[in-house]
Amino acid sequence: MKMMLLLLLLLGFGCGLVFCDQNHTDPHGLGVFPVLSINYDYVRMPFEVSLWILLASLIKLGFHLIPHLSGVVPESCLLIVVGLLVGGSIRVMGKDPPVLDSQLFFLCLLPPIILDAGYFLPIRPFTENAGTILTFAVVGTLWNSFFMGAVLYGVCRLEADRLASVNLLSCLLFGSIVSAVDPVAVLAVFEEIHINELLHILVFGESLLNDAVTVVLYHLFEEFGHAGEVTAGDVFLGVVCFFVVALGGVMVGGVYGVLAAFTSRFTSHTRVIEPLFVFLYSYMAYLSAEVFHLSGIMALIACGVVMRPYVEANISHKSYTTIKYFLKMWSSVSETLIFIFLGVSTVAGPHVWNWTFVTITIALCLLSRILGVVGLTYIINKYRMVKLSSKDQFIVAYGGLRGAIAFSLAFLLSRDVFPMKDMFLTAIITVIFFTVFVQGMTIRPLVDLLAVKKKKQSKCSINEEIHTQFLEHLLAGIEGVCGHYGHHHWRDKLNRFNKHYIKRCLIGGERSQEPQLISFYNKMELKQALTLLESNSSASLSTAVTAAAPQQRSQKTLNISKVREEEIRKILRANLQKTRQRLRSYSRHTLMPDAEDDDWSETLLRKQRVEMERRMSHFLTVLARPESPPVRRARVESDSRAFAARPSILVTVADETSDGPRESRGPKPSVKFVLDAEEQKLPRCLSDPGPDQLLEEDEEPVRHRD
Amino acid sequence: MGASQSGREHKFQDLADKTGFSIEQIKNLHSRFKYLTQDEDTLRREHLENVSNLSINPIRRQIIEAFFDERNLGGHEKGCLQEIGFEEFVTVLAFFRPPKPRIPDEEVKIIRKEKLRFLFNMHDTDNDGVITLEEYRRVVEELLSSYETIGAETAKAISDGAMLEVASVTVGQMAPDEFYEGITFEQFMQILQNLEIETKMNIHFWNLDKTTMKCGK
Repeated sequence: MKMMLLLLLLLGFGCGLVFCDQNHTDPHGLGVFPVLSINYDYVRMPFEVSLWILLASLIKLGFHLIPHLSGVVPESCLLIVVGLLVGGSIRVMGKDPPVLDSQLFFLCLLPPIILDAGYFLPIRPFTENAGTILTFAVVGTLWNSFFMGAVLYGVCRLEADRLASVNLLSCLLFGSIVSAVDPVAVLAVFEEIHINELLHILVFGESLLNDAVTVVLYHLFEEFGHAGEVTAGDVFLGVVCFFVVALGGVMVGGVYGVLAAFTSRFTSHTRVIEPLFVFLYSYMAYLSAEVFHLSGIMALIACGVVMRPYVEANISHKSYTTIKYFLKMWSSVSETLIFIFLGVSTVAGPHVWNWTFVTITIALCLLSRILGVVGLTYIINKYRMVKLSSKDQFIVAYGGLRGAIAFSLAFLLSRDVFPMKDMFLTAIITVIFFTVFVQGMTIRPLVDLLAVKKKKQSKCSINEEIHTQFLEHLLAGIEGVCGHYGHHHWRDKLNRFNKHYIKRCLIGGERSQEPQLISFYNKMELKQALTLLESNSSASLSTAVTAAAPQQRSQKTLNISKVREEEIRKILRANLQKTRQRLRSYSRHTLMPDAEDDDWSETLLRKQRVEMERRMSHFLTVLARPESPPVRRARVESDSRAFAARPSILVTVADETSDGPRESRGPKPSVKFVLDAEEQKLPRCLSDPGPDQLLEEDEEPVRHRD
Repeated sequence: MGASQSGREHKFQDLADKTGFSIEQIKNLHSRFKYLTQDEDTLRREHLENVSNLSINPIRRQIIEAFFDERNLGGHEKGCLQEIGFEEFVTVLAFFRPPKPRIPDEEVKIIRKEKLRFLFNMHDTDNDGVITLEEYRRVVEELLSSYETIGAETAKAISDGAMLEVASVTVGQMAPDEFYEGITFEQFMQILQNLEIETKMNIHFWNLDKTTMKCGK
């Protein structure tokens, strides 16, 4: 622990030294040939950037190495404290700490986080609760801004001596900046508390969608501040502007999303740059929206949401993994940097502390949030099927955290028009600190105390998927019978439109006609195969332990009548071939022919085949004839348990001791042929060993287990 | 007409008490019923087949059958009716009524069990209390029937995999001689317990009047 702190402090000093160092030695000073010289200016900019990112990553590393700390204090709090320390150490050395530059923040630090959120946005809960989310985002933010602005103005009027210069417009502007729930802070805190999906999507969706409102209000009040007076026409224009900003942002994002999906259709020969298209198109969507003062966040979200289903159907599996990991990496680094910079900027900026203003602001934030949420929920619950309970309302209200967006927006204000900018900044920083520290730290024990439903561990279950789809069609049908054009009816229509027209354009090749159930099933199979592969390639268990285990393991048979055995085997074999083809589209890619890569994909294929083979053999454990002793055992681990718990292997041992199914053994040689040399042991399990070879049978598959 | 009006009101009140709908909703459903049956008193299968929305639904056959299934109408008989009256119509639709807020957990469990029972009856077409492999296969086939290019074998593979999953999750240990008949209702409830059916299997019943008057479906 002490080493860690020392290391961090040293790094902080190092950063300080680096930033303060304005001198560079002149390499050509003396007449002697310089063997070793320093030219820092040449690499100054990238060096500083890299050093900051390195510092952020090392600190993140350090937190997770310290036991118990990450469980009690959310990461965002710790990062702000570190920022404070770094800023303080720089100040101690007599230099000005860098401030969070708004341009850097909005153009470089914010987009990765939003893209990550938008790309992985869970669509089903989002659309089911879209009305609620929109109400909270639009009406809630408007209520917050105006309520806070008005009350603050009243307070400033009362405290006439020091706050006299604060006029109504400034108060309203301040209210609009402070009232927006911040997606970065919400993500940072909510990710660690694992509450149920509904509450998470409500608060998170609200934080994303209120950007449109914040942008409009901010520009509106800023313009009014410059102009000096407001007319009714201006207010009307403001409302129109809101729709333009929101819908325009979504449209820009949608267009770029469609472009990205269309481009990904043709990337089958250049798999390496597939992730790049995703990132570039999304970033361009963000920048294009910002050009026209449209909502960049909504453009980014729309782009991610629109392009995801089509891009994922087109790109290779490795590109998908790359996209996922790059997005997570960038968003994680961005988040860390944002919070550190917040801490540093606190030390840096000029502060004007005014007790009244700050305390009233904090109190008002809480009050207006609670009032807004309770009032809106009362209205919303009339239209919802699943009502929001008061526990839910409390979490939604308490989870309204403010963050760096508010700070950056305030930083952008011009000091001439708003002379009280420093006071605003101080107040905003205090509010951010309060929400992140107090609310962020206490929300986890409160969630436990109130016994709020936590996120369910989602198991990939083919049954649940089948029934989810079944329910969709059922509800759409019942709505048709009732003559009611409801949520399900429109979703059904959208799905059909999607299937007939859009998917044909945007998804290349045979994947365009694939129903969701099939792709889900194939994904599940692939995941299982990968799990098998990873478990096999990791450290091997001692066979002694595992040899003893089978004896105690639960044994189970699944007997299906002989009449069905034949057709089941045919079906599974056909599916095996199809799955094999599917796998090729995932794993074959035109990277530089790398021997290891080919091996990897080949082993993957083999494992997949082995998996299917085991499943097939499992179905072959049939009671051949009533008179022959059923000497068959089939050990099956459920699919869903296969990767919910530690990866365990579907082990099946089948033996057919009777002569009955001999003719049905015809197809078997083809299956055996499919399996390669490495797995040649396994086919022996499928052929019919006698009962005396049972023990050997049991040990054979053991070797292949993790 | 006065007498029949008050008689009808009385009947509506009874229905409202029995099914949990409000009087408004019962009245709206009644006008919808009259529209569907073209002013007759009983609903037959062909009336439902005329609903254009249902004709593109892949599981329309099962939905229509569900209205005529005696098990859903509260009785303990098994079998299918040929035609149903308004009361049976409302009883079936009551399965899709959203649960009232702030009800105790036991009631939530009862509602969940009822809705799952409805789903189970939809799958179990031969009324034997068990979903066999054949029946499950048919379910998956119908779900995929709107995609012409998908062969029957893939549907069978999926349903086989699903049955396997149910068996391994619910049954666990089985003696070597046991024959896995199919999914019983308890097992069905067990595998779908994470879906939270009572929050999902609901439709709104509040704006029926406008649409039935307007839309000429």
